[in-house]
Amino acid sequence: MATQNTKTLARLMMAPSVLLLLVWMIVPLAMTLWFSFQNYNLLDPSNVSFTGLFNYQFFYTDPAFFQSIWNTLVIVVGVLLITVIGGIAIALLLDQPIFGQGIVRILVISPFFVMPPVAALIWKNMIMHPGYGVLADINKFFGLQPVDWFARYPLFSIVIIVAWQWLPFATLILLTALQSLDGEQKEAAEMDGANFLSRFIYLVLPHLARAITVVILIQTIFLLGVYAEILVTTNGGPGYASTNLAFLIYRTALLGYDVGGASAGGIIAVVLANIVAFFLMRAVGKNLDR
Amino acid sequence: MARSVTTRHKVTATAAAWVVALIIFFPILYTLITSIKTEPEAIAGFSLWPSGTFENYITVQTQRDYFKPFMNSVILSVGSTILALIIAIPSAWAMAFSPTKRTKDILMWMLSTKMMPAVAVLVPIYLMFRDFGLLDSRIGLTVMLTLINLPIVVWMLYTYFREIPGEILEASRMDGAGLWQEIVYVLTPMAVPGIASTLLLNIILAWNESFWTIRLSTTNAAPLTAFIASFSSPQGLFWAKLSAASTMAIAPILILGWFSQKQLVRGLTFGAVK
Amino acid sequence: MGSITLQKVSKVFGEAKVIPSIDLEINNGEFVVFVGPSGCGKSTLLRLIAGLEDVSGGHILIDGKDVTDAAPAARGLAMVFQSYALYPHMSVRKNIAFPLKMAKMEQPAIDKKVEAAARVLNLTDYLERRPSQLSGGQRQRVAIGRAIVREPSAFLFDEPLSNLDAALRGTMRLEISDLHHQLKTTMIYVTHDQVEAMTMADKIVVLNRGNIEQVGSPLELYKTPRNLFVAGFIGSPHMNFVTGSYAQSKNAKTAGIRPEHLILSKDSGLWTGTVKVAEHLGADTFLHLDVDGIGQVTARAGGEFGAQYGDRVYLTPDEAKLHRFDDKGLALRA
Ligand SMILES: Nc1ncnc2c1ncn2[C@@H]1O[C@H](COP(=O)(O)OP(=O)(O)OP(=O)(O)O)[C@@H](O)[C@H]1O
Ligand SMILES: [Mg+2]
Repeated sequence: MATQNTKTLARLMMAPSVLLLLVWMIVPLAMTLWFSFQNYNLLDPSNVSFTGLFNYQFFYTDPAFFQSIWNTLVIVVGVLLITVIGGIAIALLLDQPIFGQGIVRILVISPFFVMPPVAALIWKNMIMHPGYGVLADINKFFGLQPVDWFARYPLFSIVIIVAWQWLPFATLILLTALQSLDGEQKEAAEMDGANFLSRFIYLVLPHLARAITVVILIQTIFLLGVYAEILVTTNGGPGYASTNLAFLIYRTALLGYDVGGASAGGIIAVVLANIVAFFLMRAVGKNLDR
Repeated sequence: MARSVTTRHKVTATAAAWVVALIIFFPILYTLITSIKTEPEAIAGFSLWPSGTFENYITVQTQRDYFKPFMNSVILSVGSTILALIIAIPSAWAMAFSPTKRTKDILMWMLSTKMMPAVAVLVPIYLMFRDFGLLDSRIGLTVMLTLINLPIVVWMLYTYFREIPGEILEASRMDGAGLWQEIVYVLTPMAVPGIASTLLLNIILAWNESFWTIRLSTTNAAPLTAFIASFSSPQGLFWAKLSAASTMAIAPILILGWFSQKQLVRGLTFGAVK
Repeated sequence: MGSITLQKVSKVFGEAKVIPSIDLEINNGEFVVFVGPSGCGKSTLLRLIAGLEDVSGGHILIDGKDVTDAAPAARGLAMVFQSYALYPHMSVRKNIAFPLKMAKMEQPAIDKKVEAAARVLNLTDYLERRPSQLSGGQRQRVAIGRAIVREPSAFLFDEPLSNLDAALRGTMRLEISDLHHQLKTTMIYVTHDQVEAMTMADKIVVLNRGNIEQVGSPLELYKTPRNLFVAGFIGSPHMNFVTGSYAQSKNAKTAGIRPEHLILSKDSGLWTGTVKVAEHLGADTFLHLDVDGIGQVTARAGGEFGAQYGDRVYLTPDEAKLHRFDDKGLALRA
């Protein structure tokens, strides 16, 4: 297994993916960093000049910046809370003996396969539309005023849509973990007279710790970059009410044609993501090392 | 006595589980139903009984040419996944069977490149694509999706390979197999289930990727994500047709997902949950 | 042919010097057993010989040819792993045929050899099965079959029987010994099972922390252990070690006496002891005793010797079978 020959070969086999990812990470990042110090507008590409930290200052003083960071956090934390808690509840339910387990699983996992723009469109038009959505129909049935979700609660609505997409993922992973919990252990705890709550707290929850870590890690990776859901539903509005950092940068770059400003925002996003990644990777690394 | 209690328990659990499952599935179900309603029916208030017309599907195909973005989605997701597998299999082999002190760090680093916000590199990527004439090209998007999913492919394969006992590969070496024979006759056949679920999961991830596919394509290379995002503009928004288009965008991958859910689950957990 | 020579072979894993330096001569046709406590480097040494690990220093010669840098397949050895390491996706036939296929042998010749091996190993009825459909003993035989079709110059076994239950282990032990008599090929066998080592070996190599403590035939090691380690390791139950005035009276730092060399009596003897545990095995009774002025001692009595917890018994060491060790732990010869 570990002769010098195989070791050399192994280094060689790893090279392509490592080099590709290295280039893929460093080149665009270096360019972004470079642009972030330039005054560079796509509408006036002949007039590029060095501006130092002006772009950062501009971004930093923009009130939309702090709102977008706050919104990013709300989306990540909100979706994580809903999916982890909801996922545990549903996983506990599906872990019971039930009729039609296979079909129930298929129904529950389905939203995971729905591409973000479709998920957003379905919720925007079929469910939450103030005129023709199902929720409006329900309100009308009870004689209530329909709610214009995306105008009144834009961020909340987006959290709901994204949570709907990720709930199956959390549920499935937690369910898999639950099913590996030793039946004998559960029975022993029951014999010891532990009731459902103490069994859940002292036996089930610690057993799920690893699975919860995985859910948080993987979802955070994707949740930091929520984009299509916002694009299709609120377009970041009203005002900046539902603009997250990803969307703000997109607005600055491709709607404002401000390459310098967008790049500064991009660098800020990288720094933030790295802070999150640092803590996450540490926690996960510890938890995954068996 | 005990038996009737467990039966009652099972019935209660079944009822609860079905209610939850149907609520979660409802948005998809309702879209499906709406897609075979007529336009007036679709906005006439809540109803689960459509008249069953396929008019909307035909309209979407003739007016918006569904087939072209569908083909683009297939080419992009399958192409990028196979490309990623070709690059990742040797790496995963090396990491799983010839690990060093740094193997874990390299894996973590690879995964962390996925944490880099896409928007942060949107500008340079966009400009590079523009300068190389890759905007709206299938090749450009395939490469993009390959790079995006490469870390996940490497990681998944690594966790699958690691479950293959090294002794079996050593046995093949004792038996006179060279590296190539070892990978072709022993490793790959043993890893087929793992490779298959990696393939499936990444086709799904690539099919649904909706940042780069929307931003870097306009018409020629536009896959279903871009196709459907174009429906968000208010003009020409009709409920039933929108539902038909949505259904057409998600149906292929939904069906693939249903059939492969068993293989997917383990892949999804990155091998971290048994 | 199959003589193997190790010259100053050493192995370092990172910082850890697992094998400092070993010289060993294995003759053609010998059945050599490596024994030693867990983690002492038995598997490592075997894997060095197999070529699955690089040596950090020294040379390995097979039939006089230096194979230190040769690939595993080029050394003409066959290995049987503890986990069997069968190819799970191949039938038994394909498993056994795999090394022949790698050697690019013609299909008819392969079939003939596989079937001959299957006959020897009682596997004829199972040739089309997958390894997962076999019992542990059958899997073990397939692994051996895969090794013998290659007609290697030596077989390497790494604890091949440790996953089997006791009864099967007994049968397989006999089968492997029998195979050795038929094939007359060199075999190197790693185990930490006393019985396997004593019954199968022509030559036992006792390892401790990567060093060879003693090499010799089973009876040599039993009768004349070179030091305390070998004395304590070979033999079951272990030899009793006695220090203090009794040892001094024999001009030794430590005196060693095997449980079977203590003469027990109910009414008279040199030492008196209290029975702590009595293990009645039928043919034998092992008594764990607390001996006055000596300490814990294990003794073997006949199956008929009735003794219970708390009984007082008398013991006398058989002076002729006494082992004496100096303050470095080396054996003193008379
Ligand atoms: N690849 C490796 N890297 C680092 N240390 C190793 C490696 N392989 C073995 N070792 C160390 O070398 C020592 C000897 O290991 P080895 O497997 O040879 O022991 P062993 O005698 O076969 O033990 P056992 O009877 O338990 O199988 C151990 O301390 C082990 O931790
Ligand atoms: Mg070992």
